Amino acid sequence: MEYIIELLDKNGLIVAFLVTGIMVYFSDWFSIKLTNKKLPGSAIAIFLGLVIAYIGGVLTQGKSGIADVSGLSGFKVMGGPMFRDFAIVSTAMGASFAVIKKTGSVGILSLFLGVIFSFVAGVGIAFAFGITDAASLTTIGAGACTFVVGPVTGTAVGASSDIIAISIAAGVVKSILVTIGTPYLAPYIGLNNPKSAMIFGGLMGTTSGTAAGLAATDPKLVPYGAMTATFYTGLGCLMCPSVLYFALKAMM
Amino acid sequence: MLLRGVALLAGCYIIGQIIGESLGHYLGINNNVGGVGFAMLLLIIAQNELEKRNLFHVEMGEGVMFWSKMYIPVIVAMSSIQNVRVAFNNGFLALLAGILPVAICLLFMPILSKSKNN
Repeated sequence: MEYIIELLDKNGLIVAFLVTGIMVYFSDWFSIKLTNKKLPGSAIAIFLGLVIAYIGGVLTQGKSGIADVSGLSGFKVMGGPMFRDFAIVSTAMGASFAVIKKTGSVGILSLFLGVIFSFVAGVGIAFAFGITDAASLTTIGAGACTFVVGPVTGTAVGASSDIIAISIAAGVVKSILVTIGTPYLAPYIGLNNPKSAMIFGGLMGTTSGTAAGLAATDPKLVPYGAMTATFYTGLGCLMCPSVLYFALKAMM
Repeated sequence: MLLRGVALLAGCYIIGQIIGESLGHYLGINNNVGGVGFAMLLLIIAQNELEKRNLFHVEMGEGVMFWSKMYIPVIVAMSSIQNVRVAFNNGFLALLAGILPVAICLLFMPILSKSKNN
């Protein structure tokens, strides 16, 4: 038995590919069969990730979630900052300045408003819960932008892992809410044309939530919303660990 | 061609991270300031410029697309190595921090949509 665990640890990254693959497969199945795609598979999978991190933490009393369980240490590589940032940067492919220029200044305005309002709302709530250090507040504010901006910012400003976990959870809640709510709210907010879809993507960010929500509203709108949402991730990763963090630090 | 795409992505990644790290260094804080954001901007610019010159091969795009598709699984792995045991008590905070921004941004949606008609 021991030599098998040793083998799993030696091939850690591959084991992580396998286990994550099974989790994503299960989540997609769950999304389609049990929620009729109302809950996006990606959000379920990330939530499932947090659940196994909790289980790992309880089993080992460690700080690195499931990666502390012997045989699963490879999760540290796959989920570490290097792979994470590399994969995030790749999602910028296909985004085009020419297209976003077509929405005009209002598209760009929606991006900035979306990032800043989400950030401020997240910081405000964290502060109300008694968190007062700038790095933790910034990380939770960034998590209120998306579940990607949160951990990227958290790593940059040196927040602790439990704060990063909260920021991921906040982003997942947002993603699920946007996915479920968009089809119901669409008629009330005039979400029925490419331009309003781009404004929506800019305000909400959360690429997976926006894309899934728009798909349930009108599949033709997906590329427009996903486009601005991609820029949102970039802008969030740019602003949260820099200007917004500095502003908050100056205030604290 | 496939590897050229991966190399393009890697180049943008490294340059972006160097910009972020240098910015942090010269601002006197030991943080990476927006390296991922810079890298994303670089990739968009690089792709748009290469397409303009007709140098962007489909297969090059596939090299980047692979990583783009690995994005959710990598985020899943990242979630599963966090200290959730300690964060668990703040679950309600996470819930609210996810809900409130959506509500606020929704309020601005009609205002922004209308302004575009002017």
